[in-house]
Amino acid sequence: MAKPMHPTPNLDQLETGPWPSFVTGLKRLAKDKDYVVDVLGHLEHSYQTRKGYWKGGTVGVRGYGGGIIPRFTEIKDEAGQPVFKDAAEFHTLRVMPPPGMHYDTATLRQFCDIWDKYGSGLIALHGQSGDIMMQGCTTENVQKAWDEINEMGFDLGGAGPAVRTSMSCVGAARCEQSCYDEAKAHKAVINSFLDDIHRPALPYKFKFKFSGCGNDCMNAIQRSDMAVIGTWRDNIRTDDELGKKWFARHGMNELINDVVSRCPTKALQIKDAGAVRKDAHISAVALDGKQCLEIDNKDCVRCMHCINVMTGALAPGKDKGASILVGGKSHLKIGGLMGTLVVPFMKLETEEDREKLVELAQSIIDFFAENALEHERTGEMIERIGLVNFLEGIGLDVDAHMINTPRTNPYVRTDGWDEEVAKIEARKKAAA
Amino acid sequence: MAEAQALRKAVECGVPDNDKYMHPTLLKNRGNWKYHDRPRPGVLHHVSHSGDQVWSVRAGTQRQMDTHTIRKLCDIAEQYAEGFVRFTIRSNIEYIVADQKKVDPLIAKLEGEGFPVGGTGNSVTMVAHTQGWLHCDIPGTDASGVVKSMMDQLYDEFKNEQMPNRVHLSTSCCEINCGGQADLAVIIQHTKPPKINHDLVANVCERPAVVARCPVAAIRPALVNGKPSLEVDEKKCICCGACYPPCPPMQINDPEHSKLAIWVGGKNSNARGKPTFMKMVASGLPNNAPRWPEVNEVVGRILRTYKADARPWERMADWIDRIGWPRFFEKTGLPFTKYLIDDWRGSRANLNASNHVRF
Ligand code: HEM
Ligand code: HEM
Ligand code: HEM
Ligand code: SF4
Ligand code: SF4
Ligand code: SF4
Ligand code: SF4
Repeated sequence: MAKPMHPTPNLDQLETGPWPSFVTGLKRLAKDKDYVVDVLGHLEHSYQTRKGYWKGGTVGVRGYGGGIIPRFTEIKDEAGQPVFKDAAEFHTLRVMPPPGMHYDTATLRQFCDIWDKYGSGLIALHGQSGDIMMQGCTTENVQKAWDEINEMGFDLGGAGPAVRTSMSCVGAARCEQSCYDEAKAHKAVINSFLDDIHRPALPYKFKFKFSGCGNDCMNAIQRSDMAVIGTWRDNIRTDDELGKKWFARHGMNELINDVVSRCPTKALQIKDAGAVRKDAHISAVALDGKQCLEIDNKDCVRCMHCINVMTGALAPGKDKGASILVGGKSHLKIGGLMGTLVVPFMKLETEEDREKLVELAQSIIDFFAENALEHERTGEMIERIGLVNFLEGIGLDVDAHMINTPRTNPYVRTDGWDEEVAKIEARKKAAA
Repeated sequence: MAEAQALRKAVECGVPDNDKYMHPTLLKNRGNWKYHDRPRPGVLHHVSHSGDQVWSVRAGTQRQMDTHTIRKLCDIAEQYAEGFVRFTIRSNIEYIVADQKKVDPLIAKLEGEGFPVGGTGNSVTMVAHTQGWLHCDIPGTDASGVVKSMMDQLYDEFKNEQMPNRVHLSTSCCEINCGGQADLAVIIQHTKPPKINHDLVANVCERPAVVARCPVAAIRPALVNGKPSLEVDEKKCICCGACYPPCPPMQINDPEHSKLAIWVGGKNSNARGKPTFMKMVASGLPNNAPRWPEVNEVVGRILRTYKADARPWERMADWIDRIGWPRFFEKTGLPFTKYLIDDWRGSRANLNASNHVRF
């Protein structure tokens, strides 16, 4: 039995209503833990005064410079003593989950046991950065909890100006749209940068995210400095049997309104079966005996829409891989940025393919480490120096896939034009 | 013993292989899935090229979970499923079973224990959210409480698939926006410059770093009461709060003047149009803990309008693209104020450079 609860009239109101209540969960923990009694008191104080009362500090584990988010209370009495003394320290361990966030129950139970023993008993599954957030631990217990978590085969994630914990979608494990093995790529990349995760020494944070297709379930394009997003080069695959099944259920109106007219590049047309073009870049799926949906794969940008609507009848091709985009980030400081495409396609099937991905990541991080200003994200650095300087820095050739449109102003010095043309010609020759 | 433990060296093992945490049918069919359908809201049925099938039952959780709740979810996995779970990016739990007969009893058990089954397809799924007052050092509001009050209101929309397309929500308790882009987001919007505690600045803050942090160069070093400190040009200040994390004596949070803003039309997916950023459509809503009724009123209003007016497969951004912003404001009844006209860098791209007008 723990000490008596503080009155929590505000938090009590968050126990009503049908959605699972985190307050009810905390109160359950508070039955056995003075720690959580005071955590609830602390949070109720925030609700009453509408302010936050945690401050940072430095708490870590041996050998690492990050991975722990320290929190000390700022609710003090006149003598400077914590009012909620059992919750005076409320640190979080950021633990990297298995890619795709799969668990057997034995593993989850083991986390619970460790956290009942050393921490508050509160675990967030998961933080927006993708970590298992073991929330609420005293300075004294941080190392002890970490030792046991580490023994389980888990490692701490990043915090501060470091490579951060990554996320990959469920992908190959259970999704037919997957264009590469996200988990393998995730593991290969992240485990190559453990030093940059555990010992923050970059200008600012650097995030990787892995999505298996353009649906981008991991929000990679906007939430990562380097986004790996699946795509394919050959034709959309089709399955006539599933196509007919879809059409029988949904009919022509839905086909036109929801599929054909929503293709962003007008790559879809309805054709009589005999009129489907025979070119190599055309694929078609049967709707009934008479008509087909024809796809011009040269026009298709692999946006995923038609495949999402007619899953199974349509599917990504077989020559799969990923596009790489660089520089996504949120508001601070110049405003939100989407990633910019810098590699239209790379294969990600073999260990060697993944090594190439790691090499690319390494050259981007090296360039970032050397050229970004303090507290500048990769996207801001590219905006400051221009994409071309960035590409030259990491050794990538320019490509018309990288732009929406060519420049719309003349403010550029072009006296190197002829040499650039010569280089392009030389490359073409070498490739031929 | 205690000493031996104190000397333990970390094993820098990184991210573990996920093979041993994965349901065996998933492992066996990795990379070989053919298609899926949704037999009912909250259930995904995946079929492999090998002929194997799995059913995934998705349920909402409170994300910040106590160990009792996690153990209860484990009990359910062991008794009603096959011992394997995974979590989605939006903190929903998924139970994976290879036997269709287990689906209905599993759903009944989850719902009986208070975990709503849903969040798939064109439903309103769980809010991507952050830490707030519970744990963060810079929050203007709470995260879990705002989310609880939103999801209570959207409970039926989570359990059904009645929206035009999927609806992703996020909340952020500072303008940094950890919650990320979403169809609809609730984000703190401060309205007053930071209040500076000049006695503390010199000791606590690395002043050049703070000066460099400001997006509009409103901060400059100054001597205040004979002590080195910082001052803010309040005419320039856009009240973003970026100076507060590196310099806590520059308090930006204010119980009354830190408001909440609503943003719509963010989309990370490449499906149909390219990914889009969300746009601010309302602000000035009070930070009214513990249930934020004013915020929920606007959220509900926007979602109801979208539900009634958008066509199948239109995400929030696609819908507004079709109907245009004037009609968005008209239909939702939200006031279009001068603060919604962009004047940040690149803002010209957000103005109407045409005479395209819908009447
Ligand atoms: C020494 C400098 C320039 C000379 C001698 C010059 C001369 C001319 C002439 C003769 C015309 C054709 C007028 C007509 O159709 O009757 C013209 C049109 C125009 N000029 Fe210039 N111009 C100069 C600089 C510029 C600059 C710097 C700009 C813009 C930055 C500019 C923008 C235009 C535009 C927009 C038109 C109209 C084109 C159209 O709509 O058909 N001019 N200029
Ligand atoms: C000055 C800049 C920033 C500061 C000082 C900052 C600070 C923090 C802190 C202290 C936390 C931990 C909250 C807690 O557990 O107590 C956090 C979490 C997080 N931040 Fe930031 N942040 C900054 C910028 C950003 C930006 C630009 C992004 C996104 C691009 C971002 C994304 C996140 C995410 C996703 C989390 C995890 C939230 C969760 O899952 O609960 N942060 N940040
Ligand atoms: C926009 C330009 C600049 C800004 C906003 C700026 C800002 C600051 C601030 C806030 C401090 C801390 C002052 C204090 O501790 O009292 C500082 C210190 C200093 N600044 Fe600057 N500064 C600028 C340019 C420069 C330049 C151009 C130089 C040298 C050529 C310079 C040299 C120094 C030095 C030597 C210090 C003292 C560092 C110390 O405490 O050891 N600053 N600056
Ligand atoms: S990003 Fe694509 S491959 Fe990955 S889970 Fe989402 S739809 Fe499937
Ligand atoms: S995947 Fe290709 S064909 Fe299908 S809607 Fe997108 S662009 Fe059009
Ligand atoms: S959104 Fe801001 S206040 Fe909220 S957890 Fe993230 S950094 Fe903290
Ligand atoms: S609140 Fe933002 S704009 Fe105002 S002084 Fe601080 S950093 Fe600058």
